[in-house]
Amino acid sequence: MRVQTTDYTVSEIRSPASFITSRVFIYGALVFWAFICLFPIYWTITTSFKSAVDVTQGHLIPFVDFQPDWKGWRSLGLSPDSISQTSTVRDEFFKRFMNSVITSVGASSLAIIIGSLAAYGLTRYRYRFAWFKNEDISFFFLSQLILPPVVLALPFLVLYREVGLLDTRGGLILLYTLMVLPIVIWIMRDQFNSIPVELEEAALVDGLSIWGAFLRIVMPIALPGMVAAFILAMVLCWNEYFFAALLTSTDAKTIPVMVASQTGSQGINWWSMAALATAAIAPLAVIGIALERYLIMGMTAGAVK
Amino acid sequence: MAEQTSTTNAWPANSAPLDLIPPGRKRLGWALMALATFGLLAMILLQILYKTEVDAIGFETWRPVVYAYVLWGVALGIGQVLTRGEDGQRALFLLPALLFTIAMVIFPTLFGFYIALTDWNLSSFSGRRFNGLDNFWQMLGDPYYRNALFNMVLYVLAVLVEYVIAFGLALLLNAQIRARKFFRVVFLMPLMLSPVAVSWMIGKSLMEYRFGPAATLARHLGWDNPAFFSDPITARISIMLLDAWTFIPFMMIMLLAGLQAMSREVLEAARVDGATAWQTFWQVTFPLMLPVSVTAVILRIIFKLKLADIIITVTSGGPGGATDSVSSFIYREYRDRSNVGYGTMLAMAYLVIIVVFVTWLLKLANRFVRNVN
Repeated sequence: MRVQTTDYTVSEIRSPASFITSRVFIYGALVFWAFICLFPIYWTITTSFKSAVDVTQGHLIPFVDFQPDWKGWRSLGLSPDSISQTSTVRDEFFKRFMNSVITSVGASSLAIIIGSLAAYGLTRYRYRFAWFKNEDISFFFLSQLILPPVVLALPFLVLYREVGLLDTRGGLILLYTLMVLPIVIWIMRDQFNSIPVELEEAALVDGLSIWGAFLRIVMPIALPGMVAAFILAMVLCWNEYFFAALLTSTDAKTIPVMVASQTGSQGINWWSMAALATAAIAPLAVIGIALERYLIMGMTAGAVK
Repeated sequence: MAEQTSTTNAWPANSAPLDLIPPGRKRLGWALMALATFGLLAMILLQILYKTEVDAIGFETWRPVVYAYVLWGVALGIGQVLTRGEDGQRALFLLPALLFTIAMVIFPTLFGFYIALTDWNLSSFSGRRFNGLDNFWQMLGDPYYRNALFNMVLYVLAVLVEYVIAFGLALLLNAQIRARKFFRVVFLMPLMLSPVAVSWMIGKSLMEYRFGPAATLARHLGWDNPAFFSDPITARISIMLLDAWTFIPFMMIMLLAGLQAMSREVLEAARVDGATAWQTFWQVTFPLMLPVSVTAVILRIIFKLKLADIIITVTSGGPGGATDSVSSFIYREYRDRSNVGYGTMLAMAYLVIIVVFVTWLLKLANRFVRNVN
C-alpha cells in the first residue's frame, strides 16, 4: 500500500459534502432494504382486512384506498364479532396451531437435552468408539446437516407406517429433533468451549460428581447458549413444511401445511388466506423481535473465532 | 464402547480406577446389558416371525420394537455406569444423542437404499417387488430429473449474488448509524417467518399477474407483461428472489458478526496509511472476512440444496418442471404417482451427489482460505 500525503488529507478530514452524500446513501440503502423486508409482511396483514374488490384493484393503504373490514378474520372465526360463535374453521386452526406448538417445542426440547449432553461430552472428554475418536463423532453429528430431508422422507414414510407413527405428533417430533440436532450440537459445543475447565475441576474437588458438576455448575453458565439454540431450533421446526406435508394427513397437520392447502375449489380467498398467513407468522415475528439477541447469538456461534 | 480418558490428567475424576468397582456390580451390569440385548433381539425376531406369518403371536405394528429399542438404550446406559464407573458416567453424555441419531439415520438410509432397488408403488396393490437397477437406468434417462439437477446448479450459483447483497447489508449495519437495533431486527424478520406462508403471500398475491403490487410496479417500470411465473427463466429468477428474501438475513448476520469481531486497529492503521475506503475494503476487510464468508456461503449452500417448500407452494415445479428443485420433484413424484421406489432412487442418487459435492467444496474452501491468509 503506497502512502501518499495527498490521500491523508482526503481520508482524514472528509469534506462535509462527501460526508452528507455517504450518509444519504447509507440511510437510503437501509430504508430501501427495510422496505423490501417489511412490505410483504405489510401486504399480508392488510390483505386480511380487504374485500375481493380491494385485492383485485391493488389497493394498498387502509382507510385511504379502502375501508378495512374484518373479512379475513371472520372467515377464520377470529374477528371480534365471530369470536364468540362456534366456528369449525377456528377449531381446525387452533388444532393445527397446537400441533405446531407441540411439535416445535417438543422437538426443540428433546434436541436441546440430548444435544447439550453430547456437546458437553465431546468438548470435555475423550471418547474412543472402536476406531472413531472425538473428531469423527463430532463430524458424524454435524454431517447430518447435509442430509437433505428428501432422502429420509420416503423411507420414513414407509417405516412410520410400519411403526404406527404416521400422522402423529410424536413421529414429527422425532424427525424434527433429528433435523435440528446438528445445529444444537454446533452451538452448544461453541458454548461449552468458552467455559473454563477450571470451574468444573473446582467443583469436582469440592466433591460433586461428574453429572453434579455439569448440572449445577456448567448448565447455569451455558443457559444463554441453550436459550439461543432452543429458539433457533424452534424457528426451524415451526417453519418446517416438507416432512409435515408428507407425513401428516389429518391428525398431526401443522400450520404451514394448513396454509399451503388453502386453495379452495372456487379460487383463492385472498382475505382468509392472508389472515391465516398472518396468524402463522405472528408468533415467530413476536419471538424474533423480543429475543433477537439470542437468535443472533445462535446463528453466529462458531462462525467467528 | 472402548475406554475413555479425560482430557486433562490432573482431573481428580481419574483417581477412581476401574479396579475399585466391585466385581458383583460389574457382573450385574453385564447381566443387565446382556438381558436387554437378548430382549431386543427376541422382540425383533418375534415380530419378524409374526409379520411373515410364521407364528401367531406378535403385535399389529412395529411400535413395540421401538419401545424395546429405547429400553435397550436405557439398560445400556445403566450397564455402562455399573461396569465402568466414572468412565461410564462420561459415556452417558454421548449415548442418548448417538443412539438416537444412529436409529434415525443409519437404519432409514440403509432401508432407503433397499427401497431404491424395488418397484414399489403405494397406490397399486401388487406391493413391493425387487427390480435391481431398473430404477437407476430409468433415472439416467429421465429428462425431468436432469433438469431438476441443472436447476439446483443455478440455484446454488445464485448464492453468490445473495452473498454480495448480504455483505453489503452487513457493511451498512456495521457503519456508524442510528437505530441500528431497529434495522437489525427488521432485516432479520424474513428469516423468522414461515417460508410457506410468506411465499404464498408474495408468490401468489404480491406477484400476481393482474393486480399484485409487484406486477403493477413492473408495469410502471416498463415491463409490459410482468408474468413472474410463466416463462422458465423468469420463473427461476422469481423463485431465486423468494428464496433469497428468506435467507439473505442468515448470511448477513454471520458476516455482521465477523465485521464486529474485526479489530479496529487494523482498520485505523489502514486509514492512517492513507488507504481509501475502497482500498481498505478490498485489501483489509475482505481478506480478513474470508474465513467467515466461506463458512456463511457453505452453510447457505447446504441449506440451498434442501430447497423445496417455496417451489412446492408457489409453482409446484411449473411451468413444465422449469423451476423444480430435486426435492420438490421427488415430492411430486411421490404425491402424484405414489412411486416410492423410483422416488427413493432419485433421492439416494441426490444424496451421493451432494456428499461428493460438499466434500469437494469443503476441501476447496480449506485450500482457498489457507492460500489467501
